[in-house]
Amino acid sequence: MVSEHSDATSDETAALALKILVAGGFGVGKTTLVGAVSEIRPLRTEELLSEAGQSVDDTDGVDQKVTTTVAMDFGRITIRSGLSLYLFGTPGQDRFWFLWDELSQGALGAVVLADTRRLEDCFPAVDYFEHRHIPFVVAVNCFTGSRTYGAHDVSRALDLDKGTPVVLCDARDRDSGKEVLIRLVEYAGRMHTARLLDSVG
Amino acid sequence: MPAHMAEDRTGPPEQPGSQWYDNEAGPLVRPYAMTGGRTKSGPTGVRFDLIALVSLDTGAPDVRDDTGLGPEHRALIELCRTETQSVAELAADADLPVGVVRVLLGDLLELGCVKVSLPVPPAQLPDERILREVIEGLRAL
Repeated sequence: MVSEHSDATSDETAALALKILVAGGFGVGKTTLVGAVSEIRPLRTEELLSEAGQSVDDTDGVDQKVTTTVAMDFGRITIRSGLSLYLFGTPGQDRFWFLWDELSQGALGAVVLADTRRLEDCFPAVDYFEHRHIPFVVAVNCFTGSRTYGAHDVSRALDLDKGTPVVLCDARDRDSGKEVLIRLVEYAGRMHTARLLDSVG
Repeated sequence: MPAHMAEDRTGPPEQPGSQWYDNEAGPLVRPYAMTGGRTKSGPTGVRFDLIALVSLDTGAPDVRDDTGLGPEHRALIELCRTETQSVAELAADADLPVGVVRVLLGDLLELGCVKVSLPVPPAQLPDERILREVIEGLRAL
């Protein structure tokens, strides 16, 4: 680790954990991405639907599934002792939106995984993070056999806010996944700085 | 919950309104049975974030003879003994729903068994130095 940082944290000896969300449509490769970069095998945690389900508007089918649990896959990357990154794959189905609110609270940012064969699957995630001003990057998972589009095409098709990074990736590949995360952290840093400047100016 | 209801769940649904006692209904032991029916943690009222880090309090009282603690409480203590863990990891390793783990951790916090570090508040994202460190750390992986 870089030595200049070692003594700078003396006033914050408490361990620091950062949270990054991995969102996107069903089957787009969220768990694959988490698994590719995580140092632990992706773990699965469950939240009881009945606990938070009261806020769900569309109760069709929900009333019969009082005990259903929602699984969230997550992984961990230890940057150094006392600084770790947690990756959470968000539940894919729309009716679990209420869980996103909790997941996104305090999140550093999000990766929206997209598949160009069904780009519309990631619209809800893009909307969600844009509305809440949570920094995100769109990572296009380049499935073999799918036509490759340029980052610019995807950006335009998704009507992304200017500056939102689009990265082509292979969710199975560790280096590719690392690159996605690096782009996100860089972008989150820029967004944060811009917001600080806004607030003082 | 009355015992007869728990038994019903393995059998075929018979009465209207009880049709969710089938195989898809989930675990046979109601998760909140482990918390004595409580769904919220005690008077401290802390809602632990998924990435709140839990460690064993060095000044923790000896709870081996504390009959108020269930096996799930003890399982969490043992998991924390190994290393500091996030709430999400504890839930996954103890194979308990997050909501249940939150209640149990609330108990342990009140007893002084564990310490919980709260995550960075949303408005105070880590400073540039930390983010730089994260980027360098990711590159070095």
